[in-house]
Amino acid sequence: MMPAAADLLIVEGLEKSFTLHLHGGARLPVVAGVAFAVERGECVVLGGPSGAGKSSILKMAYGNYRADRGRILLADGGRFLDIAQASPGEIVDARRRIMGYVSQFLRVIPRVSALDIVAAAARGAGLEVEAARARAAALLARLNLPNHLWALPPATFSGGEQQRVNIARGFAGEHDLLILDEPTASLDAVNRDAVVALIAERRALGAGFLSIFHDEDVRERLADRVIDVLPFSAQAAA
Amino acid sequence: MRELASLSEAERRALMRTDWGFVHQDATLGLRMNVSAGGNIGERLMALGDRHYGRIRKTAAEWLGRVEIAADRLDHKPSTYSGGMRQRLQIARNLVTSPRLVFMDEPTGGLDVSVQARLLDLIRNLIAEMGLAVVLVTHDLAVARLLSNRIMVMKEGAVIESGLTDRVLDDPQAPYTQLLVFSVLAA
Repeated sequence: MMPAAADLLIVEGLEKSFTLHLHGGARLPVVAGVAFAVERGECVVLGGPSGAGKSSILKMAYGNYRADRGRILLADGGRFLDIAQASPGEIVDARRRIMGYVSQFLRVIPRVSALDIVAAAARGAGLEVEAARARAAALLARLNLPNHLWALPPATFSGGEQQRVNIARGFAGEHDLLILDEPTASLDAVNRDAVVALIAERRALGAGFLSIFHDEDVRERLADRVIDVLPFSAQAAA
Repeated sequence: MRELASLSEAERRALMRTDWGFVHQDATLGLRMNVSAGGNIGERLMALGDRHYGRIRKTAAEWLGRVEIAADRLDHKPSTYSGGMRQRLQIARNLVTSPRLVFMDEPTGGLDVSVQARLLDLIRNLIAEMGLAVVLVTHDLAVARLLSNRIMVMKEGAVIESGLTDRVLDDPQAPYTQLLVFSVLAA
Protein backbone atom coordinates (compact mmCIF):
# COMPACT_ATOMS: atom_id res chain seq x y z
CA MET A 1 0.00 0.00 0.00
CA MET A 2 1.36 3.45 -0.91
CA PRO A 3 0.88 5.96 1.92
CA ALA A 4 -1.50 8.81 1.11
CA ALA A 5 -1.35 12.31 2.56
CA ALA A 6 -4.36 11.69 4.80
CA ASP A 7 -2.86 8.52 6.30
CA LEU A 8 -1.78 8.81 9.88
CA LEU A 9 -1.13 5.17 10.66
CA ILE A 10 -0.73 2.27 8.26
CA VAL A 11 -0.48 -1.27 9.57
CA GLU A 12 0.61 -4.06 7.21
CA GLY A 13 1.23 -7.77 7.70
CA LEU A 14 1.49 -7.38 11.44
CA GLU A 15 2.15 -10.56 13.40
CA LYS A 16 2.66 -11.28 17.07
CA SER A 17 3.13 -14.30 19.30
CA PHE A 18 4.43 -14.83 22.81
CA THR A 19 7.05 -17.41 23.72
CA LEU A 20 6.77 -18.43 27.35
CA HIS A 21 10.23 -19.56 28.40
CA LEU A 22 9.11 -20.32 31.95
CA HIS A 23 6.62 -22.80 30.54
CA GLY A 24 8.84 -24.95 28.40
CA GLY A 25 9.02 -22.41 25.60
CA ALA A 26 5.30 -22.70 24.85
CA ARG A 27 4.38 -20.50 21.91
CA LEU A 28 1.20 -18.47 22.12
CA PRO A 29 0.19 -16.98 18.77
CA VAL A 30 -1.84 -13.76 19.11
CA VAL A 31 -2.45 -12.19 15.68
CA ALA A 32 -1.18 -12.51 12.12
CA GLY A 33 -1.70 -10.61 8.87
CA VAL A 34 -3.13 -7.52 10.58
CA ALA A 35 -3.68 -4.75 8.02
CA PHE A 36 -5.59 -1.47 8.26
CA ALA A 37 -5.06 2.28 8.17
CA VAL A 38 -6.16 5.25 10.24
CA GLU A 39 -6.60 8.60 8.53
CA ARG A 40 -6.39 12.06 10.04
CA GLY A 41 -9.69 13.02 11.60
CA GLU A 42 -10.86 9.43 11.75
CA CYS A 43 -11.89 7.27 14.69
CA VAL A 44 -11.15 3.63 14.01
CA VAL A 45 -12.44 1.09 16.52
CA LEU A 46 -11.10 -2.43 16.83
CA GLY A 47 -13.86 -4.96 17.43
CA GLY A 48 -13.99 -8.62 18.33
CA PRO A 49 -14.31 -10.81 21.41
CA SER A 50 -12.00 -10.76 24.42
CA GLY A 51 -8.71 -12.50 23.69
CA ALA A 52 -8.92 -11.79 19.96
CA GLY A 53 -5.80 -9.60 20.20
CA LYS A 54 -7.25 -6.07 20.14
CA SER A 55 -5.12 -4.74 23.01
CA SER A 56 -2.02 -6.43 21.61
CA ILE A 57 -2.50 -4.56 18.33
CA LEU A 58 -2.82 -1.25 20.20
CA LYS A 59 0.29 -2.02 22.23
CA MET A 60 2.29 -2.82 19.11
CA ALA A 61 1.14 0.43 17.51
CA TYR A 62 2.42 2.32 20.57
CA GLY A 63 5.71 0.40 20.52
CA ASN A 64 4.94 -1.23 23.84
CA TYR A 65 4.85 -4.78 22.41
CA ARG A 66 7.36 -6.09 19.92
CA ALA A 67 5.99 -6.91 16.47
CA ASP A 68 7.35 -10.22 15.14
CA ARG A 69 6.62 -9.26 11.56
CA GLY A 70 5.03 -6.47 9.54
CA ARG A 71 5.07 -2.70 9.42
CA ILE A 72 3.46 0.02 11.55
CA LEU A 73 3.92 3.29 9.69
CA LEU A 74 3.28 6.44 11.69
CA ALA A 75 3.10 9.76 9.82
CA ASP A 76 5.70 12.24 11.03
CA GLY A 77 5.44 15.40 8.99
CA GLY A 78 6.19 14.36 5.42
CA ARG A 79 7.69 10.96 6.24
CA PHE A 80 6.67 7.75 7.94
CA LEU A 81 8.32 6.12 10.94
CA ASP A 82 8.03 2.33 11.12
CA ILE A 83 7.28 1.70 14.78
CA ALA A 84 7.99 -2.01 14.28
CA GLN A 85 11.62 -1.19 13.38
CA ALA A 86 12.15 2.11 15.20
CA SER A 87 14.89 2.54 17.80
CA PRO A 88 13.90 3.20 21.43
CA GLY A 89 14.91 6.83 20.98
CA GLU A 90 12.68 7.25 17.93
CA ILE A 91 9.74 5.72 19.79
CA VAL A 92 10.28 7.94 22.84
CA ASP A 93 10.39 10.95 20.53
CA ALA A 94 7.26 9.84 18.62
CA ARG A 95 5.41 9.43 21.90
CA ARG A 96 6.32 12.97 22.92
CA ARG A 97 5.37 14.59 19.65
CA ILE A 98 2.97 12.41 17.69
CA MET A 99 1.14 9.68 19.55
CA GLY A 100 -0.51 9.32 22.93
CA TYR A 101 -1.93 6.30 24.71
CA VAL A 102 -4.66 5.89 27.31
CA SER A 103 -4.47 2.54 29.05
CA GLN A 104 -7.21 0.89 31.05
CA PHE A 105 -5.47 1.65 34.32
CA LEU A 106 -3.55 4.63 35.63
CA ARG A 107 0.10 3.96 36.47
CA VAL A 108 1.97 6.87 38.08
CA ILE A 109 4.63 7.79 40.62
CA PRO A 110 3.00 7.64 44.06
CA ARG A 111 2.28 10.90 45.88
CA VAL A 112 2.31 13.12 42.80
CA SER A 113 -0.82 15.26 42.43
CA ALA A 114 -3.39 14.72 39.67
CA LEU A 115 -2.69 18.17 38.23
CA ASP A 116 1.08 17.56 38.17
CA ILE A 117 0.62 14.20 36.45
CA VAL A 118 -1.40 15.77 33.64
CA ALA A 119 0.83 18.87 33.45
CA ALA A 120 3.92 16.66 33.14
CA ALA A 121 2.42 15.07 30.03
CA ALA A 122 1.81 18.52 28.52
CA ARG A 123 5.38 19.53 29.43
CA GLY A 124 6.63 16.40 27.68
CA ALA A 125 4.89 17.57 24.52
CA GLY A 126 6.80 20.84 24.70
CA LEU A 127 4.66 23.30 26.68
CA GLU A 128 6.17 25.72 29.19
CA VAL A 129 5.40 25.18 32.88
CA GLU A 130 2.53 27.67 33.16
CA ALA A 131 0.92 26.74 29.84
CA ALA A 132 1.17 23.06 30.77
CA ARG A 133 -0.57 23.65 34.10
CA ALA A 134 -3.28 25.70 32.41
CA ARG A 135 -3.93 22.97 29.85
CA ALA A 136 -3.96 20.32 32.59
CA ALA A 137 -6.46 22.34 34.62
CA ALA A 138 -8.69 22.87 31.58
CA LEU A 139 -8.72 19.14 30.83
CA LEU A 140 -9.48 18.10 34.40
CA ALA A 141 -12.31 20.65 34.54
CA ARG A 142 -13.64 19.45 31.22
CA LEU A 143 -13.66 15.86 32.51
CA ASN A 144 -15.53 16.93 35.67
CA LEU A 145 -12.80 16.00 38.13
CA PRO A 146 -13.82 17.87 41.29
CA ASN A 147 -11.55 20.82 41.99
CA HIS A 148 -10.59 19.72 45.47
CA LEU A 149 -8.98 16.56 44.03
CA TRP A 150 -6.56 18.32 41.68
CA ALA A 151 -3.84 18.84 44.28
CA LEU A 152 -4.14 15.26 45.56
CA PRO A 153 -2.45 12.11 44.28
CA PRO A 154 -4.93 9.78 42.53
CA ALA A 155 -4.12 6.67 44.62
CA THR A 156 -7.23 7.10 46.77
CA PHE A 157 -9.52 8.28 43.94
CA SER A 158 -12.38 6.13 42.69
CA GLY A 159 -11.86 4.03 39.57
CA GLY A 160 -13.75 6.54 37.44
CA GLU A 161 -11.81 9.50 38.83
CA GLN A 162 -8.48 7.78 38.23
CA GLN A 163 -9.54 6.96 34.70
CA ARG A 164 -10.37 10.60 34.01
CA VAL A 165 -6.89 11.63 35.23
CA ASN A 166 -5.55 8.97 32.87
CA ILE A 167 -7.57 10.35 29.95
CA ALA A 168 -6.55 13.93 30.74
CA ARG A 169 -2.91 12.82 30.74
CA GLY A 170 -3.36 11.06 27.40
CA PHE A 171 -4.96 14.12 25.82
CA ALA A 172 -2.59 16.68 27.35
CA GLY A 173 -0.03 16.27 24.56
CA GLU A 174 -2.58 17.09 21.82
CA HIS A 175 -1.05 14.38 19.66
CA ASP A 176 -1.90 13.57 16.04
CA LEU A 177 -2.75 9.99 16.97
CA LEU A 178 -4.41 8.79 20.15
CA ILE A 179 -4.53 5.13 21.04
CA LEU A 180 -7.33 4.40 23.49
CA ASP A 181 -7.81 1.09 25.28
CA GLU A 182 -11.34 1.18 26.71
CA PRO A 183 -11.06 4.67 28.15
CA THR A 184 -14.72 4.88 29.12
CA ALA A 185 -15.04 1.46 30.80
CA SER A 186 -15.29 2.69 34.38
CA LEU A 187 -17.19 5.92 33.76
CA ASP A 188 -20.79 6.89 34.49
CA ALA A 189 -23.05 8.32 31.77
CA VAL A 190 -22.23 11.99 32.42
CA ASN A 191 -18.49 11.46 32.32
CA ARG A 192 -18.73 9.11 29.39
CA ASP A 193 -20.44 11.95 27.54
CA ALA A 194 -17.64 14.32 28.50
CA VAL A 195 -15.05 11.92 27.08
CA VAL A 196 -17.07 11.35 23.91
CA ALA A 197 -17.33 15.13 23.41
CA LEU A 198 -13.59 15.55 23.94
CA ILE A 199 -12.76 12.84 21.40
CA ALA A 200 -15.22 14.26 18.87
CA GLU A 201 -13.72 17.73 19.27
CA ARG A 202 -10.14 16.50 18.76
CA ARG A 203 -11.23 14.43 15.80
CA ALA A 204 -12.81 17.50 14.21
CA LEU A 205 -9.42 19.22 14.62
CA GLY A 206 -7.77 16.42 12.64
CA ALA A 207 -6.56 13.98 15.29
CA GLY A 208 -6.86 10.28 14.46
CA PHE A 209 -7.99 7.63 16.94
CA LEU A 210 -7.26 3.94 17.18
CA SER A 211 -9.41 2.58 19.94
CA ILE A 212 -11.23 -0.18 21.74
CA PHE A 213 -14.69 0.63 23.10
CA HIS A 214 -16.79 -2.17 24.50
CA ASP A 215 -19.63 0.22 25.20
CA GLU A 216 -22.08 -0.04 22.27
CA ASP A 217 -23.37 3.47 22.74
CA VAL A 218 -19.91 5.07 22.69
CA ARG A 219 -18.97 3.02 19.67
CA GLU A 220 -22.12 4.11 17.84
CA ARG A 221 -21.39 7.73 18.50
CA LEU A 222 -17.69 7.79 17.67
CA ALA A 223 -16.66 5.02 15.32
CA ASP A 224 -16.13 6.01 11.70
CA ARG A 225 -15.14 2.44 11.07
CA VAL A 226 -15.12 -0.77 13.11
CA ILE A 227 -12.41 -3.26 12.19
CA ASP A 228 -13.19 -6.80 13.21
CA VAL A 229 -9.90 -8.32 14.37
CA LEU A 230 -11.21 -11.89 14.41
CA PRO A 231 -9.91 -12.64 10.89
CA PHE A 232 -6.40 -11.71 12.16
CA SER A 233 -6.79 -13.59 15.39
CA ALA A 234 -4.86 -16.72 16.29
CA GLN A 235 -7.81 -17.59 18.51
CA ALA A 236 -10.05 -17.89 15.47
CA ALA A 237 -7.50 -19.98 13.59
CA ALA A 238 -7.10 -22.42 16.49
CA MET B 1 35.11 12.42 21.00
CA ARG B 2 37.90 11.42 23.38
CA GLU B 3 38.96 7.97 24.46
CA LEU B 4 38.48 7.91 28.23
CA ALA B 5 41.27 5.42 28.83
CA SER B 6 43.75 7.82 27.26
CA LEU B 7 42.85 10.81 29.46
CA SER B 8 45.29 11.95 32.11
CA GLU B 9 44.23 11.77 35.75
CA ALA B 10 43.88 15.53 35.86
CA GLU B 11 41.59 15.50 32.86
CA ARG B 12 39.47 12.74 34.38
CA ARG B 13 39.25 14.61 37.66
CA ALA B 14 38.11 17.68 35.77
CA LEU B 15 35.46 15.62 33.98
CA MET B 16 34.15 14.26 37.28
CA ARG B 17 33.63 17.83 38.52
CA THR B 18 32.13 19.24 35.36
CA ASP B 19 30.43 17.06 32.76
CA TRP B 20 29.98 14.02 34.99
CA GLY B 21 28.21 13.28 38.22
CA PHE B 22 28.06 10.14 40.35
CA VAL B 23 25.29 9.43 42.84
CA HIS B 24 26.22 6.54 45.14
CA GLN B 25 23.76 4.22 46.82
CA ASP B 26 25.62 4.87 50.07
CA ALA B 27 25.46 8.65 50.47
CA THR B 28 28.43 8.65 52.85
CA LEU B 29 30.61 7.72 49.84
CA GLY B 30 29.36 10.68 47.83
CA LEU B 31 29.35 13.36 50.53
CA ARG B 32 31.86 14.83 52.94
CA MET B 33 30.10 13.94 56.13
CA ASN B 34 31.98 16.43 58.31
CA VAL B 35 31.53 19.40 56.02
CA SER B 36 28.33 21.47 56.04
CA ALA B 37 25.64 20.86 53.40
CA GLY B 38 26.51 24.22 51.86
CA GLY B 39 30.17 23.21 51.74
CA ASN B 40 29.26 19.93 50.07
CA ILE B 41 27.39 21.71 47.31
CA GLY B 42 29.88 24.56 47.02
CA GLU B 43 32.91 22.30 46.67
CA ARG B 44 32.26 21.54 43.03
CA LEU B 45 31.75 25.22 42.25
CA MET B 46 35.05 26.09 43.92
CA ALA B 47 36.74 23.28 42.03
CA LEU B 48 35.62 25.05 38.90
CA GLY B 49 37.29 28.23 40.06
CA ASP B 50 34.47 30.16 41.71
CA ARG B 51 35.92 32.07 44.68
CA HIS B 52 33.02 34.39 45.48
CA TYR B 53 31.81 33.14 48.86
CA GLY B 54 28.48 34.95 48.79
CA ARG B 55 27.61 33.69 45.34
CA ILE B 56 28.60 30.12 46.17
CA ARG B 57 26.51 30.23 49.32
CA LYS B 58 23.53 31.62 47.42
CA THR B 59 23.76 28.93 44.74
CA ALA B 60 24.08 26.24 47.42
CA ALA B 61 20.96 27.56 49.15
CA GLU B 62 19.05 27.56 45.87
CA TRP B 63 20.03 23.96 45.24
CA LEU B 64 19.01 22.95 48.73
CA GLY B 65 15.58 24.35 47.86
CA ARG B 66 15.46 22.52 44.55
CA VAL B 67 16.02 19.20 46.29
CA GLU B 68 13.43 20.14 48.92
CA ILE B 69 15.68 20.58 51.93
CA ALA B 70 14.84 23.45 54.31
CA ALA B 71 17.13 26.48 53.91
CA ASP B 72 17.98 26.50 57.64
CA ARG B 73 19.83 23.18 57.21
CA LEU B 74 22.47 24.80 54.97
CA ASP B 75 25.10 24.97 57.72
CA HIS B 76 24.39 21.54 59.17
CA LYS B 77 26.58 18.55 58.45
CA PRO B 78 25.07 15.66 56.46
CA SER B 79 25.77 13.40 59.43
CA THR B 80 22.75 15.08 61.03
CA TYR B 81 20.57 14.37 57.97
CA SER B 82 18.16 11.47 57.42
CA GLY B 83 18.87 8.92 54.69
CA GLY B 84 16.49 10.53 52.22
CA MET B 85 17.92 14.01 52.86
CA ARG B 86 21.47 12.76 52.40
CA GLN B 87 20.50 11.30 49.05
CA ARG B 88 18.90 14.58 47.96
CA LEU B 89 21.98 16.51 49.12
CA GLN B 90 24.17 14.14 47.11
CA ILE B 91 22.05 14.87 44.06
CA ALA B 92 22.35 18.63 44.62
CA ARG B 93 26.12 18.32 45.03
CA ASN B 94 26.30 16.52 41.71
CA LEU B 95 23.94 18.68 39.71
CA VAL B 96 25.09 22.12 40.85
CA THR B 97 27.66 22.31 38.05
CA SER B 98 25.11 21.21 35.41
CA PRO B 99 26.80 17.99 34.34
CA ARG B 100 25.75 16.37 31.07
CA LEU B 101 26.00 12.76 32.23
CA VAL B 102 25.17 11.41 35.69
CA PHE B 103 25.75 7.87 36.92
CA MET B 104 23.36 6.70 39.62
CA ASP B 105 24.00 3.50 41.53
CA GLU B 106 20.75 2.39 43.19
CA PRO B 107 19.88 5.99 44.18
CA THR B 108 16.76 4.94 46.09
CA GLY B 109 18.28 1.63 47.22
CA GLY B 110 18.48 1.77 51.00
CA LEU B 111 15.59 4.14 51.49
CA ASP B 112 12.26 3.65 53.18
CA VAL B 113 9.47 3.45 50.61
CA SER B 114 7.90 6.54 52.19
CA VAL B 115 10.77 8.70 50.91
CA GLN B 116 11.43 6.72 47.72
CA ALA B 117 8.44 8.08 45.82
CA ARG B 118 9.31 11.74 46.42
CA LEU B 119 12.92 11.14 45.50
CA LEU B 120 11.93 9.39 42.27
CA ASP B 121 9.67 12.26 41.32
CA LEU B 122 12.44 14.75 42.14
CA ILE B 123 15.01 12.85 40.06
CA ARG B 124 12.61 12.55 37.16
CA ASN B 125 11.78 16.27 37.15
CA LEU B 126 15.45 17.28 37.38
CA ILE B 127 16.35 14.98 34.50
CA ALA B 128 13.59 16.51 32.37
CA GLU B 129 14.36 20.13 33.31
CA MET B 130 18.12 19.91 32.92
CA GLY B 131 18.11 17.61 29.91
CA LEU B 132 20.44 15.23 31.75
CA ALA B 133 21.63 11.91 30.42
CA VAL B 134 21.60 9.34 33.22
CA VAL B 135 22.98 5.83 33.49
CA LEU B 136 21.24 4.17 36.41
CA VAL B 137 21.79 0.83 38.11
CA THR B 138 18.81 -0.65 39.92
CA HIS B 139 17.36 -3.97 41.02
CA ASP B 140 13.92 -2.42 41.27
CA LEU B 141 11.98 -2.85 38.01
CA ALA B 142 9.42 -0.24 39.08
CA VAL B 143 12.21 2.33 39.50
CA ALA B 144 13.57 1.41 36.07
CA ARG B 145 10.12 1.86 34.55
CA LEU B 146 9.52 5.24 36.17
CA LEU B 147 12.92 6.76 35.45
CA SER B 148 14.32 5.26 32.28
CA ASN B 149 13.64 5.35 28.55
CA ARG B 150 15.94 2.45 27.78
CA ILE B 151 16.95 -0.59 29.74
CA MET B 152 19.75 -3.15 29.52
CA VAL B 153 19.10 -6.37 31.42
CA MET B 154 22.36 -7.89 32.65
CA LYS B 155 23.29 -11.30 33.97
CA GLU B 156 26.75 -12.51 34.89
CA GLY B 157 28.43 -9.58 33.21
CA ALA B 158 26.60 -9.85 29.91
CA VAL B 159 23.71 -7.86 28.46
CA ILE B 160 20.85 -10.35 28.02
CA GLU B 161 18.29 -8.03 26.50
CA SER B 162 17.97 -4.31 25.81
CA GLY B 163 15.51 -1.83 24.39
CA LEU B 164 12.68 0.53 25.20
CA THR B 165 12.04 0.12 28.92
CA ASP B 166 8.30 -0.46 28.87
CA ARG B 167 8.62 -2.91 25.99
CA VAL B 168 11.30 -4.97 27.73
CA LEU B 169 9.24 -5.04 30.92
CA ASP B 170 5.85 -5.71 29.28
CA ASP B 171 6.98 -7.99 26.47
CA PRO B 172 10.26 -9.56 27.65
CA GLN B 173 11.91 -11.86 25.12
CA ALA B 174 14.86 -13.47 26.90
CA PRO B 175 14.22 -16.31 29.37
CA TYR B 176 16.09 -14.49 32.16
CA THR B 177 14.13 -11.25 31.61
CA GLN B 178 10.87 -13.18 31.67
CA LEU B 179 11.94 -14.79 34.93
CA LEU B 180 12.71 -11.36 36.43
CA VAL B 181 9.54 -9.65 35.23
CA PHE B 182 7.15 -12.47 36.07
CA SER B 183 8.64 -12.97 39.54
CA VAL B 184 7.83 -9.49 40.85
CA LEU B 185 5.34 -9.45 43.69
CA ALA B 186 2.56 -6.93 43.32
CA ALA B 187 2.15 -4.94 46.54
